[in-house]
Amino acid sequence: MKHLLSIDDLSVDAIAEIFETAADMHDVQRREVKKLPALRGRTVINMFFEDSTRTRSSFEIAGKWLSADVINISAKGSSASKGESLRDTVLTVCAMGVDGLVIRHPASGAAHQVSQWVDAVVVNAGDGMHEHPTQALLDAYTLQRRMGSLEGRHVVLVGDLTHSRVFRSNVLCLTKLGARVTVVAPPTLMPSGIAAWSASAGFETSYDLDAVLPEADAVMMLRVQRERMSGGYFPSAREYTVGYGLTRDRLATLKPDAPICHPGPMNRGLEIAADAADAAQSVVLEQVSSGLAVRMSVLYHLLAGEES
Amino acid sequence: MADPRIVLDSGDIARALTRISHEILERNKGAADLVLLGLHTRGVPLARRIGERITSVEGIAVAVGELDVTMYRDDLRKQPTRRSHKTEIPPGGIDDKVVVLVDDVLFSGRTIRAALDALADLGRPSAVRLAVLVDRGHRELPIRADHVGKNLPSARSERVSVRLAEVDEIDEVTIA
Repeated sequence: MKHLLSIDDLSVDAIAEIFETAADMHDVQRREVKKLPALRGRTVINMFFEDSTRTRSSFEIAGKWLSADVINISAKGSSASKGESLRDTVLTVCAMGVDGLVIRHPASGAAHQVSQWVDAVVVNAGDGMHEHPTQALLDAYTLQRRMGSLEGRHVVLVGDLTHSRVFRSNVLCLTKLGARVTVVAPPTLMPSGIAAWSASAGFETSYDLDAVLPEADAVMMLRVQRERMSGGYFPSAREYTVGYGLTRDRLATLKPDAPICHPGPMNRGLEIAADAADAAQSVVLEQVSSGLAVRMSVLYHLLAGEES
Repeated sequence: MADPRIVLDSGDIARALTRISHEILERNKGAADLVLLGLHTRGVPLARRIGERITSVEGIAVAVGELDVTMYRDDLRKQPTRRSHKTEIPPGGIDDKVVVLVDDVLFSGRTIRAALDALADLGRPSAVRLAVLVDRGHRELPIRADHVGKNLPSARSERVSVRLAEVDEIDEVTIA
């Protein structure tokens, strides 16, 4: 594995190996000296052409705890805002001798495209509506720590599927790990052509959250991405919440030990009620600390060994 | 290559570990403040066995942990990515303790160099000592073991293999 662009790049064995290393990395977070020398002398650039708090800082801390030199570049304040093309920006940065490039971009396929241009290792930190592989890995890792093997367990993803790269990566990852996956969305936010994909990949779709929720072993609430919505996908926020939000009433129908995930940032009161977000079975903050461990593991696997 | 020759059988290994356990106790004047840290992979069961022997001699439980040095190796970039292992420090930590590193074979000394770096990130022991089952020579760094099961003169090209029941279902040391 040279880059991490899509969950499809990873075999089941590769995922297991990333999780094993992540478990070792998890312990580092509890140490007084949170530093391992594995990536000493390596330089990683975080290029974020979209706003991000947790993913960017998570990658930054992950790189720093592995002793890499980490530099952040965001679109605002970079020469991209002066009209430089993505290719020129990336080549310029790589001419400085960068070993790893963590990239988030609003265009689907941007990370893949960048990987064709440069020698550096490319990690996709979210490309448009396509994929967000490290998020899916950290979600599956969090669930495995809580639930053990995901084989045959029923995971329900709810929300804005059309605009969600988290959903795409998660479906790939969870089905690979043997989970039974059901995705739930209002008809307007169900991606067109999903019937063919769900048939071939072996997951289920539903418009009825109340019917699915009681049998879920875990539930992932997805953020309603208003910034990607140009028109009326639903009449009002209130109507969305009534149909598809994880409200207090729905929380009561969920199995009491079923983990509740949310990739953040949460729209409290819209897709997830405060009662659910702060419930004992919510793993939202666990996802954040797991994310750090998983990203350390990914950077280690991609950057520590000999150059292939 | 010649057929593997057995240099230590299970009885030899047991006696060597018993002697090492007594040496550690003698040197430390008892089991107080002692922490045994096994280096992955086969140092871990060796540390546990030494721990059991010390406990049965002194009647107090000695702290045993495991240390993974993968991230501290100086040859990470010369090989495909290595798998990491768990580091588990006993609850009392290692600050102001006498840490005895336990490994199966002492060869170049580079693993121990990495282990010393790893220890420095975990705390400040009052002393660090090294116990190995086999010292086969060919050091590349100024490192020496305090407690040795067997000094085994070897050619650099020879392969010394330690097998332990916990990992390999048999106790033996061979050279080939």
